[in-house]
Amino acid sequence: MSLKHDIEFTLNGVTQRLAVDVTMNALDMLRDVVGLTGTKYGCGEGECGACTIRVDGETRNSCLMFAVDFDGRDIVTIEGLAADPKADALRESFVEHGAVQCGFCTPGMVMQASHILDTHPDADAEAIKRGLEGNLCRCTGYKKIVDAVESACCGGR
Amino acid sequence: MNVAEKPVITAESLIGQRIQKKDAPEKAAGKTRYIQDMIVPGMLHAKILRSSRVHAKIKSIDTSAAKALPGVHVVLTAADVPDQQPIGVARDHLPLKGERVRSLRDEIAAVAADSEEIAEAALRLIRVEYEDLPIIATPEDAIKPGAPLIHPAPLDAEGRPQALPPKTPIAFAGKADNIAMRFDYTHGDITQAEAESDVVVEDTFQLHYVTHCCMGVSGVIAEFDASGNLLMYSNTQVPFLHKREFAEYLSIDPSRVRIIQPPIGGGFGSKLDIYPFEVISIFLARAAKRPVKMVFTREEEFLASPTRQPVLLTLRSGCRKDGTLTFRQVHTLHDNGAYTSWGATTPFVMMQTFSSLYRVPACDYHTTVVYTNNPYAGSFRGYGNLQATFAIEQHMDMLAEKIGMDPLDFRMKNAQDAGEVTGQGMSFKSCGFKECLTTAADRSDYRKKHADNLANRDAPGPVKRGVGIASMLHVGGGAKIYPSDGCGTILKLDDFANVTLITGASEIGQGSETVLSQLVCEELGLPISAVTVVNNDTAITPWDVGVHASRTTFIAGNSAIGAARKAKAKIVAAAAKKHGCDEAALDLRGGFVVVAETGEPVVELARLMRNLHFSDKAELVMTTFYYEPPSVHQDKAFKGDVSAAYAWAAQVVEVEVDTDTGIVKMTKVTGTHDVGRVLNRLGLEGQIEGGVVMGQGYALTENLIVENGITRNPNFRDYKLVTAPEIPEMDITFVESMDGEGPQGAKGVGEAPSICIAAAAANAIYNATGVRIFGLPFTPEAVYRALRGAAPKPLWQAWKPE
Repeated sequence: MSLKHDIEFTLNGVTQRLAVDVTMNALDMLRDVVGLTGTKYGCGEGECGACTIRVDGETRNSCLMFAVDFDGRDIVTIEGLAADPKADALRESFVEHGAVQCGFCTPGMVMQASHILDTHPDADAEAIKRGLEGNLCRCTGYKKIVDAVESACCGGR
Repeated sequence: MNVAEKPVITAESLIGQRIQKKDAPEKAAGKTRYIQDMIVPGMLHAKILRSSRVHAKIKSIDTSAAKALPGVHVVLTAADVPDQQPIGVARDHLPLKGERVRSLRDEIAAVAADSEEIAEAALRLIRVEYEDLPIIATPEDAIKPGAPLIHPAPLDAEGRPQALPPKTPIAFAGKADNIAMRFDYTHGDITQAEAESDVVVEDTFQLHYVTHCCMGVSGVIAEFDASGNLLMYSNTQVPFLHKREFAEYLSIDPSRVRIIQPPIGGGFGSKLDIYPFEVISIFLARAAKRPVKMVFTREEEFLASPTRQPVLLTLRSGCRKDGTLTFRQVHTLHDNGAYTSWGATTPFVMMQTFSSLYRVPACDYHTTVVYTNNPYAGSFRGYGNLQATFAIEQHMDMLAEKIGMDPLDFRMKNAQDAGEVTGQGMSFKSCGFKECLTTAADRSDYRKKHADNLANRDAPGPVKRGVGIASMLHVGGGAKIYPSDGCGTILKLDDFANVTLITGASEIGQGSETVLSQLVCEELGLPISAVTVVNNDTAITPWDVGVHASRTTFIAGNSAIGAARKAKAKIVAAAAKKHGCDEAALDLRGGFVVVAETGEPVVELARLMRNLHFSDKAELVMTTFYYEPPSVHQDKAFKGDVSAAYAWAAQVVEVEVDTDTGIVKMTKVTGTHDVGRVLNRLGLEGQIEGGVVMGQGYALTENLIVENGITRNPNFRDYKLVTAPEIPEMDITFVESMDGEGPQGAKGVGEAPSICIAAAAANAIYNATGVRIFGLPFTPEAVYRALRGAAPKPLWQAWKPE
């Protein structure tokens, strides 16, 4: 028998109260319980970054968190970036620079990039590459992603 | 009165522009629904039980406890699907294995349940008894006399091979040896050519296992509607071939199979065949009478996806002192794995590189593809060409060194030109090979760096710099493998002059929907935003052979242009009639019908469309076009012009080798590609950059370690993809050879950029250190050992079956 636990957290600015299985991981909760599928499963082991979200402002691999870890936290997913003008410019930069091909890694990339933008607005290409190290992409060869983030960093200057 | 001047509409071409990918905004917003994100009402979740043994007889399977688990709807084993048909290129593969497992990935049972968790719990309740069999872990073992057979013929009660009708598939009839396929090709007199050579080199090259690592794992949803029609939500790259094959496996009319392709999280050739999980999902949906969704875990993706084929390759090459190539003799041994998929047919492509990348008077090529108990090999971007190029382009440097010639000069002397027909019958109508070589060499300062690095080899300090060049030839105008290599287009304009482009071509992230829109807009004088592309539903789209062989821009592009030109003719004729002008004098620009010479608008296109539609003799502008390239099927001796155009490239790789640690850093790649013509510059750069980094992974970091049939590193922690900080500086340029058959002169490019990198890296490491490494990948351990003479050189005695 599974054990349920009541949690309350803020998801993209909206308070959520849920009873979740204690063994459920946060990624599955976002996708299967809440129904927000922008956050992707790529490996389930914290190696690929496709499931990157913001937890109290920091980026985390949601696949490595338990759903119950969300209790009392402020969570932002790719869907929650919609309201943020800075993130809007970042997404546009991804489109303009050709940083999107199959697009599967893109939500995680945008989440990580938005964090770089917030915390290191003057980051240069080398710093951006370091910042994106935990996000795998198989299509683009990263160059256009780095270009997109660099342009957004400079654009914000 | 204020009279505005009549505007003049100039023809601003979209060709060569940087066009944003049409679906990029929704992908960047996380709104795209991939198959992993899809929910079909009433769907069950499926999981597969895979073998825990590498090679064994199955003594018994007990599914009773799994079936009894609450929430489990269906449990299937081979015994439950007596009608299952063998799949794969050689029909040697039953989706569910009942009697024997031949690799660790083999499918034994499958469960459909209310949730993935319940399905997984049910798998743990299934008991399988095995009787282990001897393992064939290497292709060399597979061809030893008396080697155990991977697909032995079934025996009758007296222990004799059963008498079966001719043409019984291998899955039922077995195979008397472990040879899955062989390819033998020759042109010229190899003995005489060798006798005329001043220098001959022979080496064995060893190529390793890698796999696609699509960021989106494999998945499928199968359901039968109320009429018993099969609907598949599938990530396949070949929907129309799948439609036919699923119908065959299920003994139903193909018209009752519909395949919808949701956006796909990466392809790279991995989705070209029919795989057991797809057929098994159909079986589960049929048995459960409910939609069934199956999605892999990442571990499963590593274990049970196709791989690039490992190859042992012994190459003998010769040339004269003046730098003229004389011959190549090639023997290869391909590790097929336990079943035959497209990997077994990559020798088709490899032999083209051996016979035709350079002018070579004599070529003798033999490939043997053998069964082992390893994971089975499929198709992967480049299709054998990375392996072939790795060997050839090292030998080009080695021969050049032996005759004291500069490696670039040696290549230039033997490079193909436009107008040549090779010994294999390939006809190079457009060929920018030499310009690729000189451009890449000049831009990278190859000659000077090559000489400087040589001079600095013995300079103090552990880090040595190296530069290496390699070239490639690949199909760039489709590949006539199937009865047709064509693609159909349906194009319609609405009463606002918006276009719906319905194409057979599949989109896997490469940007086909954007480049096809661009080609249509170029004809119709419309902005990209005027086009909606429908490309993912076999019930709607016209036939196409699939997204493979770098063919989509060329084939689907020509098809889209054909449909657009028919629409344009119709529009111009209607405008000429209505406005009393000469058809030949009109053009379409900026959303208007204009006088071609002056740009003076005649009528707004949308207005003309409405007039046509809502008039007494109403008509709509809708056209269809089917493009079949003028390529031919090769004959039985593998001769013939298999592609309507060929792509060329030269890439210069620069490395830093830390001789203390063996770490090779790829610092810069200078690539020049003959793409025919640049269509979408942004998309093209993206294809090249992505391909270069994929090639970097093949050369330096990626290695699927398979030991005794067991995959040791099925995860991203131990299977190393290149990450952002490791990418080289990239200087990518294009040669526009304007292919006469290509859409606006363009040729295919999807596979090309990965092909040269490992070969050029090998040459660069040699330039840096004086040590030549014949096996991939160049991991720190491998390079460290090689630098200390502690890595045995691969050696495989050239062999072919009698």
